Amino acid sequence: MKYEIALIGNPNTGKSTIFNSLTGLKQHIGNWPGVTVERKEGEFNYGGFKYKVVDLPGIYGLTARSIDEKVARDYIVNEKPDIVVDIVDASNLERNLYLTLQLIELGANVVVALNKIDLAEEMGYKIDVKKLEELLGIPVVPMVASKNIGINDLKNVIDKSVRKKPTEIIYPNFEPYILKLIDILKQDDDLAKRFNLKYIAIKTIENDKYVSEIVKNSKIYDKLKPVMDEIGNELNKKYEDAELAIAEERYRIISNIVNSATIKKGGELTISKMLDEVFTNKYLGVPILITFLWMAFNFTFNVSDPFSGIIDMIFGWLGDFVKANMGEGWLSSLLADGIIAGLGNVLVFLPPIICMFFAFSYLEDSGYMSRAAFVMDKIMNKFGLHGKSIIPLVMGFGCNVPAIMSARTLEDEKDRILTILVNPLMSCSARLPVYVVFAGAFFSAYAGSVIMSMYVLGVVLALILAYIFRKVIFKGRPSHFVMELPPYNKPNWKNIFGNTWERSSKFLQKAGTIIFAGVVLVWLLSVFGPTGYMGPEALENGELLANSWVAVLGHALEPIFSPMNWDWKATVALFFGFIAKEVVVGTMGVLYGTGEDQLTRALTGAFDPITAYAYMAFVLIYMPCIATVGVIKQEIGTKWAIFSVLYGLALAYVVALLITIFGKLIF
Amino acid sequence: MYPMAFTREGDKIIIKDLNGGQGIVGRLVDMGLNVGSEAVVVRNQNTGPLIVSVKGSNIALGRGLAMKIFVDNVR
Repeated sequence: MKYEIALIGNPNTGKSTIFNSLTGLKQHIGNWPGVTVERKEGEFNYGGFKYKVVDLPGIYGLTARSIDEKVARDYIVNEKPDIVVDIVDASNLERNLYLTLQLIELGANVVVALNKIDLAEEMGYKIDVKKLEELLGIPVVPMVASKNIGINDLKNVIDKSVRKKPTEIIYPNFEPYILKLIDILKQDDDLAKRFNLKYIAIKTIENDKYVSEIVKNSKIYDKLKPVMDEIGNELNKKYEDAELAIAEERYRIISNIVNSATIKKGGELTISKMLDEVFTNKYLGVPILITFLWMAFNFTFNVSDPFSGIIDMIFGWLGDFVKANMGEGWLSSLLADGIIAGLGNVLVFLPPIICMFFAFSYLEDSGYMSRAAFVMDKIMNKFGLHGKSIIPLVMGFGCNVPAIMSARTLEDEKDRILTILVNPLMSCSARLPVYVVFAGAFFSAYAGSVIMSMYVLGVVLALILAYIFRKVIFKGRPSHFVMELPPYNKPNWKNIFGNTWERSSKFLQKAGTIIFAGVVLVWLLSVFGPTGYMGPEALENGELLANSWVAVLGHALEPIFSPMNWDWKATVALFFGFIAKEVVVGTMGVLYGTGEDQLTRALTGAFDPITAYAYMAFVLIYMPCIATVGVIKQEIGTKWAIFSVLYGLALAYVVALLITIFGKLIF
Repeated sequence: MYPMAFTREGDKIIIKDLNGGQGIVGRLVDMGLNVGSEAVVVRNQNTGPLIVSVKGSNIALGRGLAMKIFVDNVR
């Protein structure tokens, strides 16, 4: 026998931590509202039964105004889990119970996991758990998930409650109307089978869109309609707005429950308050944000540098070793010139990528990211973006794929599409290898500033395009800004390292699969030509290589880029860079030679500083990698995915051309 | 009754009226800012968003939105 349980709760209640403790699965944990958007599943065994655990998004209510809320509601309504574990933040009981009441309305079998009781006590709350259970009519399990306290109790209560009947909630001021509606609703057998009729009745009074549709398609709608109108008129006379009246009723009941189940001595989190005094200050907020980002980048480059050197050395040595010991055959060349050269040039960037993910995970986990949204709201608005857009944009420095997914916290569709469309311009860590190689070869003294200028260029272009898109495509203003600012966290190293590892291992996976396949493909196309197999000598001999398939492809594309003076090898690298931007460097590794020194020498022959800078800019802008295009399609549809590729190509071409023209004029 | 945007830091207020369309009003209510709830203005710098503390959590609200939320002072 297998039971299904769902985890739900407000953002920042520690839901992900509880999910991990229950299932032992590692997954992404963040700290700004709404980070767990995907449906995550795990399993645990208890008392001889198997439990499937589904992690639902962090939400405040079930009216389904955002995708997150829709996902959660649809799941509970349609898949009817055996138990819904509602994670409630004990330090913020009143607001959290609002969702609990709505879950009970839905007819779900709810168990409350009362998390963060240590924090509540620190703030001076004392909660009578027995009393709370009694008043809510559902089991309540006190927990401190971050310290692994209460997990076993929770499993035990889940086990005990799994065959229980759900409780019912009574709204005294509305009960007569609800009963009247249920009387008619229950005449539709199909409706009664699929839904909790009390939920349908309450939502009908609230004028909920989703439920209105369901009711409209019912065969009893003709009978229901006059009663609905009558009730609606009566309530509107009494309360002005029926929807808000029910919400107030919920809060009234919650307030009574909280008052009788808690003793409050007052007090607040002084450290969070002090930090916010500075971090959200109108003059200091933005400089502090920039400082943090600057620190993150510095950390990334400085800490990773020696490790990259070691990896570069190892791959250089490996290549020489293979060549020395395996002779001149095709296998030796595939290994040394293809795989080791290509992968080596990409894996050198594992250390900075790990460092960057670590820095951003730290910022996220600390609770700072929502403050970033706060201080940037006004500026973002000027460019037609929403305050919350800053979070996906900053995340984009790590990788655009999770960044684009994190845009789901934007409720407004236009805001969300706009934020996603400009996200690829935020220079992800995959583009870093290209900058480092070129900046090192052509601007050695100013390499740091040149790399930084790429990031700045990306941000500036993203803002300009956001402004233009907002004016031309998404007319109107960004939606209103509403966001919870959770208390700051002491760094939870387990979360931060887990998070860093999860993201970095994605890069390793990519290196092992897509990038690997990419460099092998480039090698194959280099040693084969229209005339057939030419042997590994092609990579050593320019004249031979000129007859290969890569050369054919490169020469076909070269005229397009002739105004920028890039040779066919560089052009081919761009072509393969679509697979993943790291492949640009991987391809160059195969075509120009292994190791940083050799590559640098080859590049200085093929580019000058101006064409190199234009090339860097082109790589920054030209099109999102396959994975990013895929996630754009998944999030906002094929049309926008195609649009993002096309505008990227056009913009990249224009910018690279301008850099070349003005560069030549000035220097 | 006056817009929340005109409050000062440290003011204790009670929410009197919510405007700005059904979607946003519902969201405010979900986050604990229902009509009748008491809140404390934590941040209002006469520019950029505000922060109010309500039901134990800090909520940031855009200035445009704060013009559409009407409040009264609580003595």
